[in-house]
Amino acid sequence: MTDVALWLLVLLPAVVGGLLTLSRLDRPAVAVSLTTAGVTAVLAMVVSVVRPQVAVPFVAGAKFALGVDGLSALMVPMVAVVTLLVLVFAAGDIKESRARFHGLMLVFAAAALVTATAQTLPALLMAWEVMGAMSFALIGFWWRDDHRVSSGTVAFLTTRTADLGIYLAAGAAIAGGAGMVLADLPASSPAWRHVVAAGILVAALGKAAQLPFSFWLSRAMEGPSPVSALLHSAAMVAMGGYLLLRVQPLLASTGWAAPTTAWIGVTTAVVMGAVAVAQRDLKQLLAASTSAQLGFVVMAAGLGAVAGGTTHLVAHASTKALLFLAAGAWLSALGTKQLTALNGVARRWPVVGWAATVGALSLAGVPPLALWATKDAVLAPALEQSWPLYLVGMAGAALSAAYAAKILVVVWRRVPASRRGELKSRFDEERQGSRHVGLAEKAPLVVLALGAAVLGVLALPPLGSTMARALGDEAIGSTPGELALSGGIAVVVLLLVWWLNVPEPRWLRDWMGLERGVDILVVRPILALAERCARFDDHILDRAVEAVPSLITRGASSTARFDDGVLDKGVMASSRGVVALAQRSASADGHWFDGAVEAVAAAVRSLGRLARKPQTGALHQYYIQAVAVLAVGVLLLITVR
Amino acid sequence: MLSLIVFLPLVVSLALVALPVIGDVVARWVWVSVAAVEVVLLIAVWQGYETPAPGALAFEEQVPWIPGLNSSYHVGVDGLSLPLLAMTAVIFLACAVYSLGERNRPRLQAALFLFLQSMSMGLFVSADLILFFLFFDLSIVGMYFIIAGWGHGDAARSAMKFFLYTFLGSLSLLVGFIGLYVFADPHTFDMVELTAQLPLAGSSLAGGAILAAILLGLAVKTPTVPFHTWLPPAHTDAPAGGSAVLAGVLLKMGTYGFLRIAMPMLPEAWRSWAWVILAVGVISVVYGALVALAQSNLKRMIAYTSVNHMGYIVMAVGAAGVLASDAEQARTIAVTGAVTQMVSHGLITGALFLLAGVLHDRADTYEMDAYGGLASPAPRFAALFAVGAFASLGLPGFSGFIAEFQIFTGSIATVPVTAVALLGILITAALFLRALQRLFTGETRGSSEGFADLRLPELLSAGPLLLLSLLIGVLPRFLLDVIEPAAAALVSLVGR
Repeated sequence: MTDVALWLLVLLPAVVGGLLTLSRLDRPAVAVSLTTAGVTAVLAMVVSVVRPQVAVPFVAGAKFALGVDGLSALMVPMVAVVTLLVLVFAAGDIKESRARFHGLMLVFAAAALVTATAQTLPALLMAWEVMGAMSFALIGFWWRDDHRVSSGTVAFLTTRTADLGIYLAAGAAIAGGAGMVLADLPASSPAWRHVVAAGILVAALGKAAQLPFSFWLSRAMEGPSPVSALLHSAAMVAMGGYLLLRVQPLLASTGWAAPTTAWIGVTTAVVMGAVAVAQRDLKQLLAASTSAQLGFVVMAAGLGAVAGGTTHLVAHASTKALLFLAAGAWLSALGTKQLTALNGVARRWPVVGWAATVGALSLAGVPPLALWATKDAVLAPALEQSWPLYLVGMAGAALSAAYAAKILVVVWRRVPASRRGELKSRFDEERQGSRHVGLAEKAPLVVLALGAAVLGVLALPPLGSTMARALGDEAIGSTPGELALSGGIAVVVLLLVWWLNVPEPRWLRDWMGLERGVDILVVRPILALAERCARFDDHILDRAVEAVPSLITRGASSTARFDDGVLDKGVMASSRGVVALAQRSASADGHWFDGAVEAVAAAVRSLGRLARKPQTGALHQYYIQAVAVLAVGVLLLITVR
Repeated sequence: MLSLIVFLPLVVSLALVALPVIGDVVARWVWVSVAAVEVVLLIAVWQGYETPAPGALAFEEQVPWIPGLNSSYHVGVDGLSLPLLAMTAVIFLACAVYSLGERNRPRLQAALFLFLQSMSMGLFVSADLILFFLFFDLSIVGMYFIIAGWGHGDAARSAMKFFLYTFLGSLSLLVGFIGLYVFADPHTFDMVELTAQLPLAGSSLAGGAILAAILLGLAVKTPTVPFHTWLPPAHTDAPAGGSAVLAGVLLKMGTYGFLRIAMPMLPEAWRSWAWVILAVGVISVVYGALVALAQSNLKRMIAYTSVNHMGYIVMAVGAAGVLASDAEQARTIAVTGAVTQMVSHGLITGALFLLAGVLHDRADTYEMDAYGGLASPAPRFAALFAVGAFASLGLPGFSGFIAEFQIFTGSIATVPVTAVALLGILITAALFLRALQRLFTGETRGSSEGFADLRLPELLSAGPLLLLSLLIGVLPRFLLDVIEPAAAALVSLVGR
């Protein structure tokens, strides 16, 4: 019975979503979608309590296995609930092609749920790549705009490049004798274990938008805001972090993978934090900050701080979904997401404004909000293991406070009456705004704000140690001193940004030119190579092949000439000679041989005619002759052997 | 049962030719009905199929034919051929449905396709080399007439190129077959006996030469780099149904030959040449994908992706010949993936070619830049093509993923360097996304304006193929349960 709940959890959104996408039934789409998401959320709660495990035979050498353990028990409800809330928001926000939108979102949710419960590599990879494909389809949702579809392509191709790591890991897992069960991977033979770990690490870094893959997340912002809220913060990108937490024992077993992971995470937290601070577009700022916040989760996986990483992931999902939806609400209402145009927007729609404020304060790490406690649950173990890591992590935390403050400054700053006209002229830059935020948009914001405010309890006593035990981790080790220090830093940075302007250097605003670099170093060379291969194929390979028949034709015609000019003439001459001889003999010998010789001459003449027959000049007839000769040769081979 | 499946289309085909009184409408529906009956018969065979003992065949039939040469009419199926047989029946049915809208000599077209179906089915059930060769060559003849008679563009030339190239290849194959016959003791063309006999055990020179002859013939047909240049023009100028059968069924005759003839009958030579085969496979994968990426003509692009997709199969069977220590499981996975890929590529590429035919039907060109924003006038076409494109780039949930995942895990576990071929799935993804973007998104422009959406026969032909691909992608066991024992048996035969 409980198995059925787990199957339903993934199949219901997948099937309903798939049918909805293809059906184009826009009118009932919202009702169907919200019902499905609601039921899925309930099922998620059920399975996270009863923890079922299911498995069916799948490909050669591996099963399709799903299961809920301590880690999944947190991920599954998180994905399902955020999906429901985002879809409620979308019911108000997305007015066109609703069947396609909601259908794709449900398929995505199903894939994210499979990812969060997958127990074997093929099950994981299956869901993993479907998430990427849905991301393509949803970023390019407004497909009449070419640049949005291009952004979808960039996102899909970048993440798929990283996904190749899982294919590699699967091969290595078989070779290493560990099989494809995720939990068994550390048991692989030592040499292959490195390959498995490296493959999975790369795949996870790609999805989690860690360096050097981060740029795709910037392009992903061209999609609708609910898509950014679900895929590009709370679920798909988060799944990258989740996967590293899931395979943490594997990373730890290799010796090099765990510290590498931690350093990549903390570097991303700092670098992308700086990128976020430099942004002038709200969604771009949020995207960079997502990458940075996931950096803390990745760092946690490297440090073995599974409980800290998990709580940070959950708290961040709620916080960031909230902020993306708020940005989306303003974008739909005002037609812009440029920070300069959003001055004072929190005062205009106070519910959205206050919800976003809670989110931004949580993002900044201000006590007692969620991310304050969870971030410390990651940083505390860092201090135990390596103080450089801790210091860099603190710098990342300070940067989070800076970019969160930048949002707060913009949305709350009063606009003097003299500048109102100028501000209005910046509206509707990207699309026609509705100047309206409806109930469907506001309600999910309030729920998410609640999450952003209180989810920190997961990382604080007394719940923290229970959590840690459920995740098989040691207790979360943040001390009151550290908590106070990080809270203090957040508040100080917040105040500094309120008073001072932050620098916005161009190279940081452009995400450090990562995408351009990849374009120049990878994309263009591959396209040029492709062109060159195509030219080689047409002009050299194909020409060479085409030259063969013409060579044969030429050879055949020279043979024919030889035949006509030499052999045939010879035959004719000899026949003439024979005739002449015959005539001479006849004259000499009267009627004796005459009849016989005439007959021979006639026979030879007809042979000559016969010999000329095959020389038709038609290629296919020569070809058939060649076949016949070959056949005779083969017969000879058989009989004479 | 198998003889009925093989010869039913042939008999109907002859009747269609012999009786000109049969009207066009009747001919079309006769074709669809026969193709449907074939599918039903195949379902019955699938239901009744039980995995035969290694080396043996199910549904076997044997009648003396040319006793002097020890050649008999010998047919049967196993886990390698049954999936291909079923896939063939499905593709021909799809072509029959698609051609319900055909206006050009439908009676003769139906007769020709039914003839071709008989030859294709016959090839996959053959257990005798002469029989195999006969079907192999007659299928080439049938396809020649389909391209030359119903094609467009430079059809006559493309058809001739296809014919000459593959026919020459088949001669090389024949030489190889005769070599097998000559070295067998007693002489025989029977595949089951040849497999059991191992005629060339111990003679590496002759074995290598005969394998080379067979491989050359099969490599042309598959096709692998560098013998693939007949494929793009043949596809570009062939009618939609012809392309679907060419890519879906005829190319598989090449790779099927690897599994059915080259590997089990010449295991020693196969093992010594495995690295070469592997290298050709990897090159086909990467090179095919790169050339496809540079194409601007949709049909040429899909044709080159076939070179890429068939390359995975060649790579996997090559890896299966590399005997690493205790990697038997990995090699079985690779071969299972290879057979799955044959079925999968047939379904997906068949569907894509049928859909590409819609472009020619409406606007007379396959040039992608002539279109743009097609999703607006033709949403169903866009949706179906997008599904096909994602299936072809190996998206999980479709059969291509099941195939390629197994091919890669098996190959990488046996020969780690095959990981290079992973680039293939990345480039394929790039080229299909680019194609989708060029054809379907953006402002509606050029030939897209006034483009009529899919008609019912078009929808009902390509749609079910993709649906089957989805079914295999989600619930692969019904297929893999048939393939896996045969793959394991083959791997142990190669290991002899």
